[in-house]
Amino acid sequence: MAYLQILVNGLVLGALYACLAVGFSLVWGVLNVINMLHGSLIILGGYLTFFSWHSYGINPLVALPAVALLLYAIGYLIQLAIINPIVTQPVLTTLTLTFGLDLILYNFMTVYYTATPRRVTLDLGIVDLGGIVMPVDRLLAMGLALLLTGLLYIVMRGSRIGWAIVAVRMDRDAAALMGIRVERIYAITFGIGALMAGAAGAVFAMVYPITTNLTGTFLGKAFVVCVIGGLGSVPGALAGGLVLGIVESLAGQLVGPQHALTVGFVLMLALLVVRPTGLTGVRGYE
Amino acid sequence: MTARSWHYFLFGAWVLALASTPLWGGNYVIRLAITIAMYSALTLSWNFIGGFTGYPSFATAAFVGLGSYAGALTQNAGAPMLVAWLIATIFAGAFAAALGGIILRLKGHYFAIGSIGVVEVARLVTASWGSLTGGGDGLNVAFLPGGPDVVARTFLAAMIAIMVAAFAVTVAVDRTRFGFALRCIQQNEDAADMVGVNTTRCKIAAFVLSALFCGTVGAAYASWTGYIDPNESFSLLMTIKVPVMCLLGGAGTVLGPPVGAAAFTLLEEFFWANFLDYNRAILGAVIVILIFFLPGGLLNIPRAWSRIAGRRRSRKAPA
Repeated sequence: MAYLQILVNGLVLGALYACLAVGFSLVWGVLNVINMLHGSLIILGGYLTFFSWHSYGINPLVALPAVALLLYAIGYLIQLAIINPIVTQPVLTTLTLTFGLDLILYNFMTVYYTATPRRVTLDLGIVDLGGIVMPVDRLLAMGLALLLTGLLYIVMRGSRIGWAIVAVRMDRDAAALMGIRVERIYAITFGIGALMAGAAGAVFAMVYPITTNLTGTFLGKAFVVCVIGGLGSVPGALAGGLVLGIVESLAGQLVGPQHALTVGFVLMLALLVVRPTGLTGVRGYE
Repeated sequence: MTARSWHYFLFGAWVLALASTPLWGGNYVIRLAITIAMYSALTLSWNFIGGFTGYPSFATAAFVGLGSYAGALTQNAGAPMLVAWLIATIFAGAFAAALGGIILRLKGHYFAIGSIGVVEVARLVTASWGSLTGGGDGLNVAFLPGGPDVVARTFLAAMIAIMVAAFAVTVAVDRTRFGFALRCIQQNEDAADMVGVNTTRCKIAAFVLSALFCGTVGAAYASWTGYIDPNESFSLLMTIKVPVMCLLGGAGTVLGPPVGAAAFTLLEEFFWANFLDYNRAILGAVIVILIFFLPGGLLNIPRAWSRIAGRRRSRKAPA
């Protein structure tokens, strides 16, 4: 029974990880950019949700879509104005640039919001299913995370924008010849990445206290999930997130919670060496 | 004088300027000179793998942190300071050799992520291995006796010596077949392999060179400040700052790393002093500006300038 509880905990955590990493994975897969800004965008989404709840009493479920759209706009503009001009340069340049942007965003958030941990408290009670205990707000967060990830999957598979993104990911030059405006698709993709980050932040703020100090942790999770699951695909991120959630949950039980983080990173390094395209990845994209 | 000997001459003058700070400056200036020499050594080290070989390594903080801990632990075990530094250097180099065989098979983004992952694992292991490393509480190292003036001068001399050693190795690499092989790998690894460069061995050698002096610097830093902790020693900020410094000066060149390290450290110091709340944001803005307007680094400014001037001149010339 204890292991069932651990498994459920892991699945809840894993769904959140998938949601927070899927945008990062999309940006990396399509733009070939390691977006160091991702962690700060998650926290920004979380803060915006928290403050609209705390100061104006807006329900986080209502705030979430608004926050996500705002983050989309921010991401779209950042990509269009700043990242697009250098997007084809080597990883050192693009990674450094997004890290510079991250320093700026992080600094302003720390000054305006301070680093105090904050969370939205919904108090929805606890559900007990035959010995497996779970707070309802966490179940809600898990449901939201899966819903958001699923929505992204539907958009990628069933809309013209989604097809265009997949086309650019497969072959940038061929996509351009087919009349796809690659620069616009890049901006939209980065916007979607930011949107998912903001939404994930909003979901996180409902169940865990968030602070600017967590940006690095979230970014690290995104790295690990991406490497486990493979780049640029929604099912890959989902698989990677769930695997990481369960592994961390199990490791927390078996070797102690202080080593759970380490196990995730060691798993990532091992997979990088053995299978750099990830569990669901396709060769030839790197 | 050729361009090369000019560069050596400028570096020599710069070393003398840093070394003379105790004669004309206060403790603050000496401290700044130590920091500049320290980051110059780190940047010169990174240049071997990141500049010459073109691998986007973000493992610098792992080497520095491991060097700090190796040095501090040996020193606390009773070894003399210089022996501790030597052991830290060898330890960092050996670690890089073992690690390089594994992660240098990766390229581009995967290598970048892998090297960042190494820093994270090193930090987490250090933080949770409390019985050896003191965990999150950090580790104290005995201060050097003799008062602040003696300590400052000793560590100034030490950091400058490490910087000069790193520079000497850079010059040696720059002028030999080995450096040529690294540049070949940077331009096209498959082609380099094809014409008979042992790419695996060269890459590992460059990776080890990029770690050695980081180990020494880490150990010297631990002895200098007397206290180290996992978050400070293995910081993501430092692991990205060093490549940025190298890019600022000019990656893959001999003089670029010390120029970039000095310029960046002085800028950062200025921002800390004048805009305490926003120093990180300004640092970020500097990075963004650097990427956009100085893609070849500071050393490239004269060349870029003469190109612009040349274009203007040719435009004026009658057709």
